[in-house]
Amino acid sequence: MAKSYVSTTINGESAEFLCEPQQTLLDVLRDVIGLTGSKEGCASGDCGACSVMLDGTLVCSCLVLGVEAEGKSILTVEGVAQGEKLHPVQQKFLEHAALQCGFCTPGLIVASKALLDQNPNPTETEIRYWLAGNLCRCTGYDKIVRAVQDAGAVMRGEAS
Amino acid sequence: MNYLDTNLKVVGTRPVRPDGVDKVTGRAIYAADTRSAGMLWGKILRSPHAHARILSIDTSKAAALPGVQAVVTSADFPEIKSEEAFVGEGPMNFRDLSTNVMARGKALYEGHAVAAVAATTQAVADAALALIEVKYDVLPHVIDVDAAMADNAPVLHEEMFTAGVTPKPTKASNIAKVVTFKKGDAEAGFAGAEVIFEKSYTTKPVHQAYIEPHACLVTYGSDGQVTIHSSSQGHFMVRAYTAKLLGIDMANIRVNPAEIGGGFGGKTLIYLEPVAVALSRKSGKSVKMQMTREEVFRGSGPTSGASMDVKIGAKKDGTIVSVKQILKFQAGAFAGSPIGPGCMCGLALYDIENIEVVGYDVVSNRPKVAAYRAPGAPITSFAVESALDELADQLGMDPLALREKNAAKNGSKTHYGVTHNNIGFEQVLAAVKTHPHWTSPVKPGQARGLAAGFWFNIGGESSATVHVNEDGTVTVATGSVDVGGSRASMGMMVAEVLGIDVAKVRATVADTASVGFTFLTGGSRVTFATGMAATQAAERVVDELKRRAAAIWEIQADAVEWRDGKAYPAGSNAGAFEPLDLPAIALKAGRTGGPVTAEVSVNAQGAGAGFGAHICDVSVDQETGQVTIERYTAVQDVGKAIHPSYVEGQIQGGAVQGIGWALNEEYIYSDKGQMENPGFLDYRCPVMSDVPMIEAVLVEVPNPRHPFGARGVGEVPIIPPMAAIGNAIRRATGVPMPHLPMSPPTVLAALDAAKK
Amino acid sequence: MPKVVLASGGSCHQFTGGRTEFEVEATTFRRLILELDQKFPGLGSQVEEGMAIAIDGEIFQDAYGVVLKPESEIVLIPKIGGG
Repeated sequence: MAKSYVSTTINGESAEFLCEPQQTLLDVLRDVIGLTGSKEGCASGDCGACSVMLDGTLVCSCLVLGVEAEGKSILTVEGVAQGEKLHPVQQKFLEHAALQCGFCTPGLIVASKALLDQNPNPTETEIRYWLAGNLCRCTGYDKIVRAVQDAGAVMRGEAS
Repeated sequence: MNYLDTNLKVVGTRPVRPDGVDKVTGRAIYAADTRSAGMLWGKILRSPHAHARILSIDTSKAAALPGVQAVVTSADFPEIKSEEAFVGEGPMNFRDLSTNVMARGKALYEGHAVAAVAATTQAVADAALALIEVKYDVLPHVIDVDAAMADNAPVLHEEMFTAGVTPKPTKASNIAKVVTFKKGDAEAGFAGAEVIFEKSYTTKPVHQAYIEPHACLVTYGSDGQVTIHSSSQGHFMVRAYTAKLLGIDMANIRVNPAEIGGGFGGKTLIYLEPVAVALSRKSGKSVKMQMTREEVFRGSGPTSGASMDVKIGAKKDGTIVSVKQILKFQAGAFAGSPIGPGCMCGLALYDIENIEVVGYDVVSNRPKVAAYRAPGAPITSFAVESALDELADQLGMDPLALREKNAAKNGSKTHYGVTHNNIGFEQVLAAVKTHPHWTSPVKPGQARGLAAGFWFNIGGESSATVHVNEDGTVTVATGSVDVGGSRASMGMMVAEVLGIDVAKVRATVADTASVGFTFLTGGSRVTFATGMAATQAAERVVDELKRRAAAIWEIQADAVEWRDGKAYPAGSNAGAFEPLDLPAIALKAGRTGGPVTAEVSVNAQGAGAGFGAHICDVSVDQETGQVTIERYTAVQDVGKAIHPSYVEGQIQGGAVQGIGWALNEEYIYSDKGQMENPGFLDYRCPVMSDVPMIEAVLVEVPNPRHPFGARGVGEVPIIPPMAAIGNAIRRATGVPMPHLPMSPPTVLAALDAAKK
Repeated sequence: MPKVVLASGGSCHQFTGGRTEFEVEATTFRRLILELDQKFPGLGSQVEEGMAIAIDGEIFQDAYGVVLKPESEIVLIPKIGGG
């Protein structure tokens, strides 16, 4: 089957790739581009480990086709930090020990950033419902909620 | 040396873990993230039938498909003799392991591997699977444990005769073995009881549901050298089993531990690696395999479901005088459920004069069970702790008071013969009693439940190497896969012994060729046993550093003292020298005898047992049967928390897995024996909006057998939740909940039945 | 002589003919295994492969060198693993 040519922006840089029409964006990111930070936990949109931003919208990249990214801007976990400087969400995940095995962490980092970008001061309930699509089997979620709350405070300039 | 009474500077603090940045930036490499130039994709064909004789497998069309470079079936694996091996949770037979990895003769469950292919792309591999022609003779199947024990049940293994009964049976059975434990005389105990409570309970198999599916990348070289990158709880285990199943010398297999995306016991076995090696050997190419989520559910081990009876006799003052427990555990398609710990753990919490426990290990047409956090204990404790709660009501007693009255203490002798020593169950119950959650009034519309749990914890074989680098920084390499932050605790213990900043210590997980044998990460053993090896290696390094300082100063080594990361002359007689720190000694290491390094291997004994108790407030929607966890507190004796954040994390994570087990998780089967919910949408793990904050209360009764007093902490927290929640629901509704999961349909049916 | 107790019925009883308590002349775990095998052929390897021992209350797994005292009580229990 002929491959399609797709032109996108990935983590701020223009990127072009060839992919098969049925290939998911997750497979393209991992197998074609080599960005393996986004994880496959289910391939059915239930676990959130493959969460990325597509033109500012949080999506499961396993439910998006590679060809659908044409002309769009993609943010993956690899693009969340600014050079050496971690994003507050990343920093607070570390400080709060909000990860154990770390496999769900990339998806949670992207999804948490997406939440705080549009709602800088979410309640605990808002955090829990926004992130309900990101399964974590290790932490019991407690420390993740606290890390997101704390990251929000940093982004609002209320904490460091 | 023992540091229990020393002034600790690093242990007990909360530094950022050494592998943290890799994991929040997406840089950490898990097994599925690895690549090799020219690699093939391996895929497995699985049986659609729960029980079927394999009459023939025709792979010719698949092999002829362009892009397909290897096809294997059981004919490509040596036939393995029956031989017991000890894996994560209990004895495992190598013949069974081999037959589980690739079916031989019969498919024993839906999802059982029957053939595999390697092809240039995933799409070609999938197409090739569809071209493999398997002729099956479908046999009657059996799923549930009570049905599998029935006289007329379809028998899975013609050569299985129940062990542990005399005389030796002459008829094949699905009951692999019967085990019994006896203390005192249970029947006589009941005769003297004033109150007797009796009930039957069931639990469903639940999957560990690690978010990372099993994956590996292997290369079989033409010189017979094998390299494996894989996700497991023990790369030495992967090496040993792969070697055994394929008849390869261990020295020819090198296993690199990838980061592991969760295991919880489920990755103490292998499924893919021998298949990938066989495909690589046949094709001459590297082969990558990764399971889909559906394959993880259908083809890898959940834990047992069970059917249980409990009978408890007590005096009116609450003294429990006798208990009889019958436990029937599903093992899956091969023998080996955690029936032993099941028989031991439920009643190990209490000092009871008369006990009789009978356990059955039963095979049926389901995936072979694998370990899952405190294997067996959550199941047996669901029954015991639920029964105790109803007994407390019958006695008119507070459920905490009933447990306090009967709690095991130091010197209590268990029904399996072990005498408790240095345990902290009484301290755990005391912490519950004064905790604001327990002392606060229950909110209107809610009810409160309590339950407790016990796990042995284990030690075992571990190796650790401590290297002082040329600049005085330190590297620690161990053989323990880091599944939840153990690099942090290893680095902290070494930094503490050396008296240096933890940021100067880098902890890593070494591959099978780079460090001594280390038993897998399981049984909550790593911080205890590998921590002991790392601590002892650091102590040897300190001794060596003192000798090096002595050489620089031209004095005797015993005239040197090590304090706060520096060598000092031990007194004025030793001479007046400026202290030497690690960088200063490292700088002259070449001149004083070469690199400063120490490797220690131990077989650690004396793992301290763990006890916990959970308090939970629930509300129940009487219209829908929906249960909401309103507040949750988990109290546990952790010995000594090396890194308290990760100890809390273990407790919070275990509790939430228990909440899933209690309220939603189960394998649902069709009447054909096929799993109907093999995905995260229908197999319902708790999501963030399902649970409240989980307060973890750390009680620290040090384990004197560990240098810093640590006990394993990862297993205990999954034991109490099911009964704690069930007890709360019963108190909220007045209706007992003896069957898991307590999902809305189950709860609603129980409420409706009670109304009639 | 140290006393050996089979706490768990089942796999061991087939070797001992149902006996649950007996004495064994041994000063180490290793010697105990050898003596058990002498006394009840097959039991030693059964214990070695599938059992842990509790000596005077403390559990030991796979440790030949553990010292037994004349008054020691040795309980054979199933080996313990974990998740």
